[in-house]
Amino acid sequence: MVIGTRARRAVLLVIAALVALLGPAVTGLSAAHAADDLVVQGVLVQADGTPVPGVLVSVTSEGGFSSSGSSDADGNWAVVVPESGAYTVFLDTTTLPEDVGLRDEERNPLTINLLTSSRTVQFPLGEEVDGGSQFFGRAMQLFVDGLAFGLVIALAGVGLSLIFGTTGLTNFAHGDLITFGALATLVLNNTVGLPFLVAAALALVVAAAFGWAQDAGLWRPLRRRGTGLIAMLVVSIGFGIFLRYTYLLVFGGSTVQFADYSGQAGLEVGPVLITPKSIIASAVSVVALLATILWLQRSRKGKASRAISDNPALASASGIDVEQVISRVWIIGATLAGLSGIVFSLNNGVNWLQGFQLLLLVFAGVVVGGLGTAYGALLGSLIVGVLIQMSTLFIPPELKNLGALVVLIGILLVRPQGILGRADRIG
Amino acid sequence: MDWNIIFGQALTQGFGVQAVIFALAAIGLNVHFGYTGLLNFGQAGFLAIGAYALGVTVATFGQSLWLGVIYGLIGSVIFALLLGVPTLRLRADYLAIVTIASSEIIRLIVRSVTYRETFGGSDGINGFASEFYELNPFSSGLALGPVVLSANDLWITVVGWALVAVALLLVFLAMRSPWGRVLKGIREDEDAVRSLGKNVFAYKIQALVFGGVIGTLGGFVFALSNQSVQPDNYATTITFFAWAVLILGGAARVFGPVLGSVIFWFLLIFVNIALVEMVRAGYITFLTSTQVGQIRFILLGLSLMLLMIYRPQGILGDRKELALDAR
Repeated sequence: MVIGTRARRAVLLVIAALVALLGPAVTGLSAAHAADDLVVQGVLVQADGTPVPGVLVSVTSEGGFSSSGSSDADGNWAVVVPESGAYTVFLDTTTLPEDVGLRDEERNPLTINLLTSSRTVQFPLGEEVDGGSQFFGRAMQLFVDGLAFGLVIALAGVGLSLIFGTTGLTNFAHGDLITFGALATLVLNNTVGLPFLVAAALALVVAAAFGWAQDAGLWRPLRRRGTGLIAMLVVSIGFGIFLRYTYLLVFGGSTVQFADYSGQAGLEVGPVLITPKSIIASAVSVVALLATILWLQRSRKGKASRAISDNPALASASGIDVEQVISRVWIIGATLAGLSGIVFSLNNGVNWLQGFQLLLLVFAGVVVGGLGTAYGALLGSLIVGVLIQMSTLFIPPELKNLGALVVLIGILLVRPQGILGRADRIG
Repeated sequence: MDWNIIFGQALTQGFGVQAVIFALAAIGLNVHFGYTGLLNFGQAGFLAIGAYALGVTVATFGQSLWLGVIYGLIGSVIFALLLGVPTLRLRADYLAIVTIASSEIIRLIVRSVTYRETFGGSDGINGFASEFYELNPFSSGLALGPVVLSANDLWITVVGWALVAVALLLVFLAMRSPWGRVLKGIREDEDAVRSLGKNVFAYKIQALVFGGVIGTLGGFVFALSNQSVQPDNYATTITFFAWAVLILGGAARVFGPVLGSVIFWFLLIFVNIALVEMVRAGYITFLTSTQVGQIRFILLGLSLMLLMIYRPQGILGDRKELALDAR
């Protein structure tokens, strides 16, 4: 037992040392990048991937700076700007070909805030279509987007729910596990230079190790001390703040795309436009979720984890090694959260705050489905994902997360244990 | 490096308007968490309601500032009811989830382009505080050793500490009344209180409203001291700061939040300025001065964790009096 604890301490120390070593290397790199020219750039392609050449894009600032560039044969355009600050990017729609229009007229001109690195600005183009079929098409598109987004929430939500079920901890630092997976991939892909798939696989291993280390180094000692659940909830909030600002300190505040697969043309399936990377990422998510469900249903440890959720004392008395199962649950939860971050960042880039912003939606999904039940988390997350995306049919996109909260409060009023939850857990 | 200046600035902030704002926010949280055991992680929302009530009433609708104060108080009562009715019958962590989400939603709404006409978008609102500063009786500022305040700063600081005193008196009187003893009873054992025939749900709602209104007073002071309201000032960070202040000072103690706020701001500013000065003087080479701002959040997270683990009762509190073991 003593040796085991020592070995664990040693591993924790090694991980801490690695982080300490990697940290300065990464900051050094981003500093070198900032010394380069600042560029506002983008690619103008139609929905089917055809580049649109000869379109004029102008960039102006309040300080009087003004410059423009036009897209080349591949649709690429770039404008070099002198310093960081706020810029207005305007696409001259009169230079577009006749049958091509902006998908979202409201996003032109765009105001961007350029910090330390160059910035990619997207103007989604497409054919202009008439009203009736457009509504149906948009609804279909948003439904598919919503399912994909729901999977992202579900990946994180299942882990959150499993951890809650087995330990009773409402983990407010779970969102930062999402960011952790994305950041690990970013370092391995962009800084180390590994191909994306290798980087993502390695990042999941690192995320799993992080989950295990977090349980072994923080939560298990707290459980041994007999720290109460509310105290642990506050500890998780503190730990989340600590992680977020460590990310910010090391990686900076800008949103960065992965080196590979960042700009990918969409495929048109009926009225729906979807990128191949989204299809593959969603498929991987589904496989990961199915594997988790199989683990819960079939494996000894999985069954044991459900037994612990039901009644920890009874499970322990029947000879289940509760601590070992909890450790396994943390590893799985952290890996799923890491995968969630990678999938999310494929389309949205990596940002230090993304996990915390997603966390509130993850909570909504988990509570709607039933806190503490893995299947409920899955169902609730899909509902919340679809609802958030489809609500933009009727309300401005910037307010879409409001829908998630309305559903959350609604379900708490009508069926507080969630769709699949049991009533005796909530009172 | 001039330690006198660093010390003076830290002292100014430690007794200044920042400490007032967070003392008020934490007194509210103390009613919620310290006395009733409610996990409110949306205190930022209550502050935002107070601040925006002033800004919107004056700048958008051209009404009197004092009407804004009334609207703010009404608004925070409504917000507390909205949060409480669906969650207070449930286990404690549901309230935590709903409150943190609601305070973010308020911020998203007030910073949205859609409601820019009303709330001023991400730039916020300014130019609403003149009615308050016209009442300023101080013609000159204050220079007391290293502590330097302008006349306006002095006015808002004095008013702020007066509000803190009133809030403390109210909390003190409320908590030694039969009503307050029921709240403490709910914190200790809800079922026992229910078995005595008390309406636990109603008491919890009243506590949520009471603490929320005190938080809203903090929002008034925040808006008036800045003379502007900006949505991103009301992010979850405020809530987390207020929690750190409360736990540092000691929950379930009348003076806990005030002591916590003074010490918290003194230490935060002291560490911040000292680090910045050390970077500037070249003693620390691995950080830039922008990164120092991030270091203080890292320290905040760590201290919240360590306090909760090793000294959850804070400086003044009594460990036996905290409902930290309830599920």
